[in-house]
Amino acid sequence: MTMPYYASAEQVMRDRSEYARKGISRGRSVAVLTYDDGVLFIAENPSSTLHKVSELYDRVGFAAVGRYSEFESLRVAGIRLADVRGYSYNRRDVTGRVIANAYAQTLGEVFTQQMKPFEVELCVAEVGDTPESDQLYRLTFDGSIVDEPDFVVMGGQADAVTANLRQHFSHGLSLTEALRVGVQALSAVSPVTAANGGGQLPAEQLEVAVLDRRRPKRAFRRVVGAPLRALLADEPAPAEEPGTTATHAPSAPAPGTPPGLGDPAAVDTAGGTEPASAQPATQDGAGGGTEGTTPDGDAPGTQQ
Amino acid sequence: MSEQSTGRSGFTPAYLDRVGSSFTDFLGTTAPDLLPGRRTLPAVPVGELSPHATTIVSVTFDGGVLMGGDRRATMGNLISSRDIEKVYAADSWSVIGIAGAAGIAIEMVRLYQVELEHYEKIEGMTMSLDGKANRLAGMIRGNLGAAMQGLAVVPLFAGYDLDAAEGASPGRIFSYDVTGGNYEERGYASVGSGSLFAKNSLKKTWRPGLSGDAATRTVVEALYDAADDDSATGGPDTVRRLFPIVYRVDAEGAVRLPDAEVAAVADAIVADRSAAENREG
Repeated sequence: MTMPYYASAEQVMRDRSEYARKGISRGRSVAVLTYDDGVLFIAENPSSTLHKVSELYDRVGFAAVGRYSEFESLRVAGIRLADVRGYSYNRRDVTGRVIANAYAQTLGEVFTQQMKPFEVELCVAEVGDTPESDQLYRLTFDGSIVDEPDFVVMGGQADAVTANLRQHFSHGLSLTEALRVGVQALSAVSPVTAANGGGQLPAEQLEVAVLDRRRPKRAFRRVVGAPLRALLADEPAPAEEPGTTATHAPSAPAPGTPPGLGDPAAVDTAGGTEPASAQPATQDGAGGGTEGTTPDGDAPGTQQ
Repeated sequence: MSEQSTGRSGFTPAYLDRVGSSFTDFLGTTAPDLLPGRRTLPAVPVGELSPHATTIVSVTFDGGVLMGGDRRATMGNLISSRDIEKVYAADSWSVIGIAGAAGIAIEMVRLYQVELEHYEKIEGMTMSLDGKANRLAGMIRGNLGAAMQGLAVVPLFAGYDLDAAEGASPGRIFSYDVTGGNYEERGYASVGSGSLFAKNSLKKTWRPGLSGDAATRTVVEALYDAADDDSATGGPDTVRRLFPIVYRVDAEGAVRLPDAEVAAVADAIVADRSAAENREG
């Protein structure tokens, strides 16, 4: 790369940062919050197929804002890294930290070595066995990585949303409460609600997913359709909580490592010893991560 | 940037290449040594050195499909395992059973499970059942070299077809040969050394449109019949309480039947058979 005119390194970096920031700030916001049973992703996203939130691995999720083509290739890279590691080591050896580090390195390399930095901001979230062990990593376009304790907000009006969340967020919220707090914060700054004269973002404008620590293997699950509307409507707990549990039930005994390669009592083996795996009860079927492929249509809506 | 540095350094260009959603193809370009079909084998028959897994049975029933496998692995004239598991859930809607060289087969199942999950995560949707059957055929094809030296792996694949046409049975079974040939079976199928006897048993006991419980019995009974005549197939082990592994795939997904349920079916079959035997005697 030849530089026709001299520009100081400082100036170059500043220009690139400004360029990346501008690109990111045009997008809509994404909030990632911890709640009592895991991590909740809320994205303002009118598209139901071009996702901003995704599953990376059993206990690891991903959220991004910015240029779609760029964060999509990073998402795929993260899934590949996770699957290669999980395949060559063990499923338990895939951690959010490893993936976040790879992202940080890549973003940092691109930022310093390429003309155009990635116009993305990422969050890698990992759900642990207890709320204390949940991890949220925020990654910015220049490769810096921050471990955030409670929530991460990225995108257009991140500062305003963060300020709103600081006021209303607290530890150990239930899923319904966390969703309400998060959607409220996003709605407060959204151009969509502003155009409609305030109010809350409707379910069609939201992409919501959870990493639920109670799910035995793949913790990631999208919340779409009727369950999302029910959650948003803040229905009374008795009508809504059992439904949440039902749709969170494992769709299948974990298709895991063959016997002899793992502990039969552990969740990642195929052994059907744990009582949970004997239950065929599930609504969303797709084993986490996918949506809309239930044989009987919008089955997650049939709450019990 | 070397391959080993992944995870410490950034992603290599192969990782960021947005082409393909196949895990196997990706491993083929980044870490081919991890793939079962890419290893050079000694030019001598090695089949006798490896444990072999045997009979797998699969039948359709009114709500989907069942697959069961016995628990024995043999090495020559020895029993190398009494409690091996040969049937696995491939993903939420399909199951895979394996016969042949156990080490390669289990590795193949692991790879296949990751393959399906990988596709699901990248594409955001589950692969079609025919797509899954084809991917598996490709894997078997890659193992042909090893198969020629006695390390053949022949799986049986069954799943619930979410795109099944109205009136068509959603439960479908696919069988394979060592060259990767992929054949859809009608109603029931069996692979492994005891498959001849298991198929004969199913021919008499299986009927279209069986209920789930009745179909479970045909599966366990077919495995019993196979064990009766084939030394490499294990029968119900009433001393150690080891019974066949049976998976059911229906509209609710793939589940492994609880051991107690299979044990009850196996006990009933053993009781019926011994009663019949004693009546004649």
